[in-house]
Amino acid sequence: MLGRTASGVFWLFRYLERAENTARLLEAGLRMALTRESEAASREWRSVVTTLGLKSAYEAQGGDYTNIDVCDFVLRASSNSESVLSMFERARTNARGSRTSLTREVWEAVNEGWMNLCELLDERIEERDLGRVLAAIRRESTIARGATHGSMMRNQIYSFARMGTFIERADNTARILDVKYYVLLPSLSYIGSAVDTGQWDNVLRSLSGERAYRWLNAGQMSAKSIADFLVLDSRFPRSLAFCYGAIRENMSELAKFHGEEREAHALMREADMRLFGQDIDAIFDRGLHQFILDFLATNRRISDAIAVDYRFAA
Amino acid sequence: MSGEQQQFFDEMRDADGNVRPAYADYHSWLSEQEDGLMDRKHYEAESVFRRTGITFNVYGEDDAEERLIPFDMVPRIVSGAEWRKLSRGIDQRVRALNAFMHDLYHRQEIIRSGRLPERLFRQNAAWLPQMVGMTPPGGVYTHIVGVDLVRTGPDDFLVLEDNARTPSGVSYMLENRETMMAMFPELFSRVNVQPVADYPRRLAKSLAACAPEGAGSTPRIAVLTPGIYNSAYYEHAFLADQMGAELVEGSDLRVIGGKVQMRTTQGYEPIDVLYRRVDDDYLDPLTFNTDSVLGVPGIFDVYRAGNITIANAPGTGVADDKAIYSFMPEIVEFYTGEKPLLANVETYRCADPDSRKYVLENLADLVVKEVHGSGGYGMLVGPASTKEKIEEFRAKIKANPDNYIAQPTLSLSTCPIHTKSGLAPRHVDLRPFVLVSPNGVDITPGGLTRVALEEGSLVVNSSQGGGTKDSWVLAD
Repeated sequence: MLGRTASGVFWLFRYLERAENTARLLEAGLRMALTRESEAASREWRSVVTTLGLKSAYEAQGGDYTNIDVCDFVLRASSNSESVLSMFERARTNARGSRTSLTREVWEAVNEGWMNLCELLDERIEERDLGRVLAAIRRESTIARGATHGSMMRNQIYSFARMGTFIERADNTARILDVKYYVLLPSLSYIGSAVDTGQWDNVLRSLSGERAYRWLNAGQMSAKSIADFLVLDSRFPRSLAFCYGAIRENMSELAKFHGEEREAHALMREADMRLFGQDIDAIFDRGLHQFILDFLATNRRISDAIAVDYRFAA
Repeated sequence: MSGEQQQFFDEMRDADGNVRPAYADYHSWLSEQEDGLMDRKHYEAESVFRRTGITFNVYGEDDAEERLIPFDMVPRIVSGAEWRKLSRGIDQRVRALNAFMHDLYHRQEIIRSGRLPERLFRQNAAWLPQMVGMTPPGGVYTHIVGVDLVRTGPDDFLVLEDNARTPSGVSYMLENRETMMAMFPELFSRVNVQPVADYPRRLAKSLAACAPEGAGSTPRIAVLTPGIYNSAYYEHAFLADQMGAELVEGSDLRVIGGKVQMRTTQGYEPIDVLYRRVDDDYLDPLTFNTDSVLGVPGIFDVYRAGNITIANAPGTGVADDKAIYSFMPEIVEFYTGEKPLLANVETYRCADPDSRKYVLENLADLVVKEVHGSGGYGMLVGPASTKEKIEEFRAKIKANPDNYIAQPTLSLSTCPIHTKSGLAPRHVDLRPFVLVSPNGVDITPGGLTRVALEEGSLVVNSSQGGGTKDSWVLAD
């Protein structure tokens, strides 16, 4: 396949994943805001906006940290080039550009998803519609992923699609984990106290992992076990370990197809050893924040190497 | 009233209001349908088009970047006998076009013989001096041709225009049929319609047959598109997809080792046949427009060396010129030695003083077209125009007579369309798609029927608000 098309497929799935994770994060923020007094709610929104990397853009246009202002900005504001609407638009543009590599089902899911969101996000959102809109975003992304599973050949196109999904998801999970611990909590001394139980719950909710976690941990909650779950539990589809398992698998498919390993494979192996060859105690000893910074940098290096190795650009 | 109704040939009914034989089965089916079915199906079809992304882009309109071509659900039906006759005429015309192109870029016998004035192509913007003396692989210039036909009477099909450069619309021919079959499956078990769905396979086969020597037994075909913002991008993607070919952009291609190669995830791989949907001017910045980023630097050298087939060949646009068109009867006779089976629309060349005088005196009754214009742009439809517009064209013609031709306003046939208040007649044309290879001329039974949606309008171009219909050729 063409390098440009591989890039189109890769980024199509990155944007779909990013849009979905953004909706999950807003959902968690909304839930927090609705169960807290207003100052805590506004802190929560600030953390959501920070996690998304939109803090300066948001504050530049002078919005308050209220439910609807934040959601409207994140979802559709024309002053926000990283809005969910523009992510979907970019996903669709990438899908159009690589249409010959997609099945009709996948193309139609993306195209229809974009059309539906254009309609839903055409005007400023009312607070009472938020739940419906956020659910729709998650659903459109899920439908596209389902169409991919159900209709695409397991060839290199599929591998690029999956790598896009999991590189993006790993990045999102790591960011959420990082910000929640180090921006949101007033001070590290709170960790382990009863005060932040709600916060932990929210970390899990942002990643739709609260049920899985409860089920595994029978009602117990601690910083360490949550971090263990989100970083190292390879059964949870949004954990870093799961994402890297999926990337590893698809990269090895690519290596088989091309008959050789490339730079990205070497980086991947190195990352595996450095990041996942340790238990959660060791990670905490070194510092979770540092671990995540390393992880994000490595993740980006792998993504860049894939682009070079497979000739995404001329 | 009845006299007025027969002012134009009605495809579905004769002068007495009887349904013509070709429409008999369709009409009996239609009369059995409940009220409201067509409205419902129309809505359904539009949402399919939108979901599928069957759109075209309109330039210069920010808000409506991608648009649906309006689709009408009453088919345009051509009988088997009519089609056979048309096919023979098209076959003859396309063979002549191809021979003409070869002659123009080689010995120019037709000019030496005095049948065609030399200045006609000297001043033709589509004429490429770079093509002189060069023969494309397989000797084929016009790999894909769209011949625009209009009908004015039972036996009167006329050629309105030849599209030998890069005819578009074939994806609508295919999607319109798919849509009709999805909407009205029972109709197709009642009426025996010849299929069009194998067009992409025929296209791939025809292109492969034109591959350069040394391409191997399975030549590699790619479709070159200007990209997703081009008005016909949907069609480019569709054809590549259906042929199993790569859809490439200029930035994917490079000349390496005397071959045009595309950048794949595995490295550069050679292409044998390039079905380009990019104009000549943008094909090679080293040879033509130096600013272009749509093309491939050096591709023309590869072409000259015989290492790639470009379809259609550069320089074939000469044949789309409306002044050349006016000579088509002579061209057909010159190269085939036969009388043309398909007539031209009577055409006045404004370059010719007598014709010019006539045109200027009769502007209000004529259609005036720019010689190099396309897509319904830059034309005057006299009877439907204003005094100001007519004077504007009078001045233009006087200032640059070579640039204009004029034709009588044709009594284009009408075909019913579905409207909110039932069936209503609208003017139509028909563009069959023709493939040329060393193995011969291959015409898919059907084509694209374009329909002027506005009552009384003669302009069927999609860029001017026209719509399309499924076109049936019966298998009788």
